[in-house]
Amino acid sequence: MSEKSPPETYGLSESAVFDKISEVVEKYRGCDGCLIQVLHEAQDICGYLPPEVQKFIAKKLDLSLSTVSGVISFYSFFSTSPKAKHSIKICLGTACYVRGGEKIVEAIEKELGVKAGENTPDNKFSFQITRCLGACGLAPVFMVDDDVHQRVTPSAVKDILARY
Amino acid sequence: MIKTLQDIRAAAEEYNSKVSKYEKHVLVCGGGSCISSNCRDVKDTVERLLKEKGLSDKIRLTVTGCAGLCALGPIVIVNPGRIFYVNVDAEKAADIVGEHLAGGKILEKYTYYDSKNGKHIPCADDIPFYKNQVKIALRHCGTVDFESLESALAAGGFEAAYKAIATMRPESVVEEIKKSNLRGRGGAGFPTGLKWEAGLKSRGEKKFIVCNADEGDPGAFMDRSLIEGDPFGLIEGMMIGGFAIGASKGYVYVRAEYPIAVERLESALEASRRAGLLGKDIFGTGFCFDIEIRIGAGAFVCGEETALMASIEGERGEPRQKPPFPFQKGLFGSPTIINNVETFANVPAIIQNGSDWFRSYGTGKSQGTKVFALAGSVVNTGIVEVPMGIKLRELIFDVGGGITGGKKFKAAQIGGPSGGCLTESSLDESIDYDNLIALGAMMGSGGLIVMDEDTCMVDTARFFLDFIQDESCGKCVPCRIGTKRMLEILTRITKGGGRPEDIEELQELSAVIRDTAMCGLGNTSPNPVLSTLRYFKNEYIEHIENKYCPAHVCKALLLYKIIDENCIGCGACTRACPVNAISGTLKKPHLIDTEKCIRCGTCVDKCKFGAIKIV
Amino acid sequence: MKNVNLTINGKAVAVPEGTTILEAAKKIGIHIPTLCYLENVHKYGGCRICVVEVKGAKALVASCMVAASEGMKVETNSERVRKARKLNCELLLSDHPQDCLSCSRSGSCELQTLANSLGLDRARFKGERSPDFIDISPSVTRDAAKCILCRRCVSVCNNIQKVGILNAQNRGFRTIIAPAGGAPLSEVNCTYCGQCVNVCPVNALRETDALAPVWRALADPKKRVVVQTAPAVRVALGEEFGLPAGTPVTGKMASALRALRFDDIFDTNIAADLTIMEEGTELLHRAKAALTEGKAALPMVTSCSPGWVKFVEHEFPDLLGNVSTCKSPHMMLGALAKSYYAQKLGADPGDMFVVSVMPCTAKKFEVTRPEMQANGIRDVDAVLTTRELARMIREAGIDFVNLPDEDFDSPLGISTGAADIFGVTGGVMEAALRTVYELVTGRELPFDGLHVQPICSFDQVRDASIRFEDVLPEYKFLEGFTLNIAVTSGFAGARRLMEEVRGGRSKYHFIEVMGCPGGCIVGGGQPRSADPMVREKRRAGLFSEDERKDLRKSHKSPVAEALYKEFLGSPCGHKSHELLHTHYTERGTFNELIKK
Ligand SMILES: Cc1cc2nc3c(=O)[nH]c(=O)nc-3n(C[C@H](O)[C@H](O)[C@H](O)COP(=O)(O)O)c2cc1C
Ligand code: SF4
Ligand code: SF4
Ligand code: SF4
Ligand code: SF4
Ligand code: SF4
Ligand code: SF4
Ligand code: SF4
Ligand code: SF4
Ligand code: FES
Ligand code: FES
Ligand code: FES
Repeated sequence: MSEKSPPETYGLSESAVFDKISEVVEKYRGCDGCLIQVLHEAQDICGYLPPEVQKFIAKKLDLSLSTVSGVISFYSFFSTSPKAKHSIKICLGTACYVRGGEKIVEAIEKELGVKAGENTPDNKFSFQITRCLGACGLAPVFMVDDDVHQRVTPSAVKDILARY
Repeated sequence: MIKTLQDIRAAAEEYNSKVSKYEKHVLVCGGGSCISSNCRDVKDTVERLLKEKGLSDKIRLTVTGCAGLCALGPIVIVNPGRIFYVNVDAEKAADIVGEHLAGGKILEKYTYYDSKNGKHIPCADDIPFYKNQVKIALRHCGTVDFESLESALAAGGFEAAYKAIATMRPESVVEEIKKSNLRGRGGAGFPTGLKWEAGLKSRGEKKFIVCNADEGDPGAFMDRSLIEGDPFGLIEGMMIGGFAIGASKGYVYVRAEYPIAVERLESALEASRRAGLLGKDIFGTGFCFDIEIRIGAGAFVCGEETALMASIEGERGEPRQKPPFPFQKGLFGSPTIINNVETFANVPAIIQNGSDWFRSYGTGKSQGTKVFALAGSVVNTGIVEVPMGIKLRELIFDVGGGITGGKKFKAAQIGGPSGGCLTESSLDESIDYDNLIALGAMMGSGGLIVMDEDTCMVDTARFFLDFIQDESCGKCVPCRIGTKRMLEILTRITKGGGRPEDIEELQELSAVIRDTAMCGLGNTSPNPVLSTLRYFKNEYIEHIENKYCPAHVCKALLLYKIIDENCIGCGACTRACPVNAISGTLKKPHLIDTEKCIRCGTCVDKCKFGAIKIV
Repeated sequence: MKNVNLTINGKAVAVPEGTTILEAAKKIGIHIPTLCYLENVHKYGGCRICVVEVKGAKALVASCMVAASEGMKVETNSERVRKARKLNCELLLSDHPQDCLSCSRSGSCELQTLANSLGLDRARFKGERSPDFIDISPSVTRDAAKCILCRRCVSVCNNIQKVGILNAQNRGFRTIIAPAGGAPLSEVNCTYCGQCVNVCPVNALRETDALAPVWRALADPKKRVVVQTAPAVRVALGEEFGLPAGTPVTGKMASALRALRFDDIFDTNIAADLTIMEEGTELLHRAKAALTEGKAALPMVTSCSPGWVKFVEHEFPDLLGNVSTCKSPHMMLGALAKSYYAQKLGADPGDMFVVSVMPCTAKKFEVTRPEMQANGIRDVDAVLTTRELARMIREAGIDFVNLPDEDFDSPLGISTGAADIFGVTGGVMEAALRTVYELVTGRELPFDGLHVQPICSFDQVRDASIRFEDVLPEYKFLEGFTLNIAVTSGFAGARRLMEEVRGGRSKYHFIEVMGCPGGCIVGGGQPRSADPMVREKRRAGLFSEDERKDLRKSHKSPVAEALYKEFLGSPCGHKSHELLHTHYTERGTFNELIKK
């Protein structure tokens, strides 16, 4: 889970990062099909999965690099580019959509001046669309880092973002 | 260590005698929705004040899973009396501690308010939302302490596991489940007993039992609530399943979006292991069983069972051709049985109370209850469990409290992106597996999204296709390219580019995608289109032929018009229009040039006199 | 095994349990169209073209994937089936640049043929297309827009070759088949074996085109254009013109090259003979060092397959010392053409243009290696695949099938049978043994028809032991020595053998490795064939070429003998080191820089 932010790497040297990933791989050694779990933890450590980390994991697990990158690029949870300081995830699941989620998307786009899927130029916010955060009862919702903001209205967006 | 029924009962006894010392019991809902409405503040306040007032050994505080009525969270329930406080915040919590817990005075003004009758209803059991519910799968949700094994044992947990593992043969467990006619709650409704029988009969050195907790269906959060509220119930169900089919290892595949569920399940697994309920020689019978959690990584298709297995194996979550079915060749090539969270949650209750008891709920070929996640434009959004066969009207209007904002009901999407919509005409239909299919929808996992009159059904179909298209794994042609083309056609229609042949092309594509896609995602992907075409064909025709969106949703099809009588000619709209589409002389009614208008809506917001309307 | 009975289009058929519906239909002569499926290579179920109607099944069934079962009633040709196939094909076309008229795959393209045979007469759907980019590596070109995501290449590269370069990246409509992170082939550890190219049904994977420079050289009056052809080409080229697989067309090929106005038509076989002389000598040197000084890099591993060489450089850079230093035969011939032959002609090597016609895509990369040149002049200027030569012949309007047989040109045109079998796995080893055994013992290799039977199959790894007894005096150190040899083709077996070497567990002294599974007869530049017996047929063709020759051992080659006498000196001598040997580069496993 990439629930931890900021990424643990902040302040870690490169070799310390690889040591940590090594520990993760060792922890899963002998456990069948653990690639995705290893990637989760590696992403927790680094904040994202840059090519060097992919190569490191591929070698350690004796997999081809294209297999590892094929898995990473399949799942929307994995990222190969550095995350911004805060990550905004806005839900466009059914419940949120029918309760006007798209208007929230527009409001955020207007507020940040970037489209979904992009980072703000100052790298303060990354902004992504997700499908259901499991808080559908309170639709529409969006998350900033770990905070769920529920029953948002377009006019509330500005204030919420200003808190970060 | 728990080895015998006596051990279970003794632990329950001990727990009960411990809690019987308390005078009152305050339950703070710690379900996902209440967490996002800040129930942590509530809990902290209650905890702090109890301590400050020296009430800690008189009044017990428990954080529970979802209490059901998420719309009104954070929820606090005080026992005795099941006093139901809604929308609690730190301030209200302080009042509740001060007056109710310390003083014994029920704070009616903070309890549930019944707007229909204009009065508060303090006791949960009297609230219409709860009245029609029957809790089997949710039996412990919102009432027990999800963190405490003892609390689960005290509520009767693991007695069924004991009964099955220590006193029954796998064949008879399977037989009991077969007789109950429990059908899979994850989507297709396949009889669980038959599945387990196949699992039991299949040969393999190793077998696996897997719980599908991927819950990718947007707008559904039943499984999340079940795991977060009663992780031990899931563990018990899986133990029984593992025993029945002869598996010694179970996996729970949880989506990554549910970190709290993972955390709670992990801690429940640890507690169960410590108590010897998981591991070697369970109940001294020689049966060995353990469960491992695998976390998904954001792919809806991984809810499909073969894709789920691929994902557990560490691969891209691409489905595999069936047959062979998982019970023949599943996880790591071994026979595997996959069931949904709610399916497992029903199992202990069936084993404990017998299949006849279970069959006394429900209708036709659908026995028992179904958990639904009510969402969308319905008043009581939340988690409910109702007997199969309930009428849609009861579900939406009695349990659900009707449509928000006094709007009109238009449709309910059931079964998620693979499902279909039900309309006004279906309000008195029974909700059960077979009837839903007959209505062109499906039970699905239990997401029920209510839509009001402001919803455009063509746009809704477009929304689902967009979702499907986004989540298609890309393995097979009909789904990878076919759904893309369908989406493009639908998008075109909602943008005003609809062509007369579009409906026929959509139908043709639907038929072939349904007929040739490799997995369930593709097979069912045309359903939202087919079902909206079935009930709302006129809306399509309006969009295509008249370039008109009756619900005023499709932006490109909106016509902005200034109503002369209302317009005072202030010119605010003229100044605001980004494309200078509005003209007029001051103090005279203005006019919108519809050719120029880009339908941005700015003028509507700017007009203080409500003179600009969408027609 | 149990049989199951079913009916297909009303005809009854019994097949062993586990047989797919597709195979069962084939058995009774019912053709079901397929696209992604490739017999023995790839079963994937992605295209949904092979769908059939099975009575009682809710949806149509992919016949290539689903096994026949007892009592099944199958219809392969109902209205519902035909409509579905057509629509899926139409969908494929909607995500495809329909450029057939200017596409080099036209005529041999499986998608084109399919659309045609399904009677597709419209392509209604227009919409977004998959990413359109072209990745040109020295050997293999990827044309993403044309990829239909059948994933045959993925199967070959991952399951058969076990290199794992190509895999699906991204998901859904955005899926592409690409190296990790979508990197170009030239930036990853691709071996350029081209096995992926051979199975691609469309023009999404092809050899990197070398026709233009060749045509240009032919048109340039100042250039002396020398062409050479590898052994495997002669038993495959005919297939491009409709001849049965494995038909030797050596003579027609020589006439076609002449008709194309190449100045000198040489046979790479000559250099294969030289390779044996060089490699055999190298082996004997290493064996001597091992037996007398107790140290030498053994086993020695062959180096004539550039796909294999690149694989070792990436995967076993620590074992490069075990690889023979011999250049691959066509590089040797190129070097000789621009030295020995240029001298003979009195020509400036800079005015010569050497073209190699090869079964191989890896050789296109090989000629660009910096070490493969002398004084800034490349040993070989262009490599054409067998398929490309066929295209040239067609473009020139030559009626290939009716050409007369002609010979290669001298002096680099006469070779032994040992050289012919270089084209098939085990051939180099056999050729080497024919020479080494005879050099050491003075007697002919003791095998029937000179074929070393134990290594003559297509099994992944084969081995044999040869004991030297009654050796000639100068090879005393080998008396009583048992030479353990192994042969493998394809990287899966090679990896296994090399891991043994790395772990110090290898019992072998000499290992032959060919990059392509079966050897150059199925190289990445050979005609694509759907015939599962194609390897056997082409091998038979090469064996017949070998057997029809009087000279079947490299050390009996008069050309080689003359070359050494006139020009090279002795095998592994100074001059041959300069011209015929090379060195290797350590590359990272994933082509990352190796930190030293
Ligand atoms: C695209 C797709 C997504 C699915 N997602 C889920 C899911 O999130 N949870 C679930 O339990 N079943 C899901 N299913 C159904 C499962 O494949 C499977 O049928 C189910 O888990 C079996 O359990 P049951 O018999 O207990 O219902 C999905 C099916 C498809 C085709
Ligand atoms: S139907 Fe869709 S999700 Fe399923 S295998 Fe085919 S492409 Fe993948
Ligand atoms: S909707 Fe926008 S473009 Fe149209 S008239 Fe109003 S302000 Fe102008
Ligand atoms: S803003 Fe309203 S009232 Fe003023 S000119 Fe425009 S339409 Fe008329
Ligand atoms: S790859 Fe085939 S279908 Fe595509 S353009 Fe070329 S010949 Fe035509
Ligand atoms: S088939 Fe038709 S379109 Fe194609 S080249 Fe021939 S005439 Fe032209
Ligand atoms: S050339 Fe060989 S190694 Fe490279 S991608 Fe193709 S099959 Fe794989
Ligand atoms: S490159 Fe060729 S073989 Fe590979 S997936 Fe694409 S079409 Fe198939
Ligand atoms: S086996 Fe032959 S065709 Fe294949 S890479 Fe080696 S030399 Fe080239
Ligand atoms: S649909 Fe938005 S949280 Fe579920
Ligand atoms: S989460 Fe608290 S009521 Fe649902
Ligand atoms: S050939 Fe059967 S699915 Fe492609």
